[in-house]
Amino acid sequence: MDKSMHTVTLDYDKCKGCVSCMKRCPTEAIRVRNGKAKVLYERCIGCGECVRRCPHQAKLPAYDKFETIKNFKYKIALPAPSLYGQFNNLDSIDRVLNGLIKIGFDEVFEVSAGAELITDATHRMIAQDNLKMPIINSACPAVVELINMCFKSLKGNLLQIKAPVDVAAQIARENAIKRGIPASDIGVFFISPCPAKVFALKTGMCFKKPIIDGVLAISEVYFKLNEVLKDLVDIKPLAKSGSQGINWGVTGGEAEGTNMDRYLAADGVENVLQVLHDMENGKLDYIDFVELNACPGGCVGGVLNIENPFVARARIRNLKSKLKNKVSSFEEVNKPLDFYRWEEQLEVKNVFALDDNRVLALHKMEEIEKILETLPMLDCGSCGAPSCRAFAEDVVNGEVDKDGCVRKEK
Amino acid sequence: MSSLHMEFDVAGNNFVSAGSASDEVKSKLKSIGIDPTIIRKVAIGMYEGEINMVIHAGGGRAIVDLYADYIDVLLKDEGPGIADIELAMQDGYSTAPEAIRDLGFGAGMGLPNMKRFTDEFNLQSEVGVGTEVRMRVYF
Repeated sequence: MDKSMHTVTLDYDKCKGCVSCMKRCPTEAIRVRNGKAKVLYERCIGCGECVRRCPHQAKLPAYDKFETIKNFKYKIALPAPSLYGQFNNLDSIDRVLNGLIKIGFDEVFEVSAGAELITDATHRMIAQDNLKMPIINSACPAVVELINMCFKSLKGNLLQIKAPVDVAAQIARENAIKRGIPASDIGVFFISPCPAKVFALKTGMCFKKPIIDGVLAISEVYFKLNEVLKDLVDIKPLAKSGSQGINWGVTGGEAEGTNMDRYLAADGVENVLQVLHDMENGKLDYIDFVELNACPGGCVGGVLNIENPFVARARIRNLKSKLKNKVSSFEEVNKPLDFYRWEEQLEVKNVFALDDNRVLALHKMEEIEKILETLPMLDCGSCGAPSCRAFAEDVVNGEVDKDGCVRKEK
Repeated sequence: MSSLHMEFDVAGNNFVSAGSASDEVKSKLKSIGIDPTIIRKVAIGMYEGEINMVIHAGGGRAIVDLYADYIDVLLKDEGPGIADIELAMQDGYSTAPEAIRDLGFGAGMGLPNMKRFTDEFNLQSEVGVGTEVRMRVYF
């Protein structure tokens, strides 16, 4: 895996060193050092919350520039369902798909079509496998990372199934190769609502090797599409997916597709944290399926979108009502279940333990408590750590000096 | 030998904050690298205990001592006490009022689960005085 790959970078000149991003990071992965926000990448789950909270637009979500598609002779676009929520009065998906061809792609494969295949595979997995209940969805890579790092006791509840874009990418590539297009000519590009997917797809999370050639931002593609959409004539029927797949763009969409009545859907990373705590305490044992999305409103709330999540959600609902079919029929539907399963287990991460040795870790914790007694417990962030506790941890870990508190009465 | 002593107030009739002591202890256990399945045992035992104090005793205190090899949890309240401990320990036996059951609590699994998920469990109670539950989980 490429360790230098990150979901967010910093515009050094724009960062004022305020504490906005640091205070909202769900895994306390940000410190302010020398007046600039610094991400502790080993703790970052890629949720994009810091991008959302930065008042100075200094946090830059990672994505590939549109021009990178030119590196390939045969370009395949994989539009996320949330892309459709960006356009007002959209009467059909075909309009957007034809627009994508117009701006330079040779082929489109809807991620919503991949979503419908995943829903079908989920039904089969529930019927065949002895799954641990409640099942937690794995479509949001930030949630998967959060569980992997902070809620390890719930790892076994994760539905070990690929994400819609993964399946879309694999099938689109396979089909192109079958039609005689040389494999080296094919470039597969996801048009993404969120930077977490950049990380997941490029590092090959749950895959043996990366399956995508580039992740483009909806925000960038939107403007290119907008230029061509109004003059589009001769719209060809390209859309395959039905309303079920489009519904994955909003929170609850995946859960509804499972046909399980006892489901819970939570969105927004703080709410997700609450649900995971409740699950760990055994509080949600009467629920069968838990759908968690780190962004508010689901994927429509991703930081690479243009529209606010509520407007996008209303538009997707409207678009759904115009689609005749609930699901599309694919020949790929008959693929064996193994095609849909994760190819690799999650990497074991132990970033939140104070020490690998339990006795030493407990000793460090004692030290932390001693330091905490001397601190004002204001969690003001002025020292560059998100809370007094985080500051004390940093002191014990030798990261900062114990005199770093600026609010302590001397 | 290192150890960590923690005390928490558990507020009565507050289902929203119930579980906050358990969440805090979980985060400590994660910080010292305890196995996730053991963390889950502690979490469930403590959470059920907190809920019990909220429902039946108008709140109480959780006193936690964390050592390198085990954790001790003492839950102490000055509630009405338990008249028949043997009966209270049976699966599904509950004295929770209807209104509480409507909230999804009070299924009569609290005490049995606390016993099931912990390695040592001891319950002392006196009617009109209060209840003390001691639980130990080994790492």
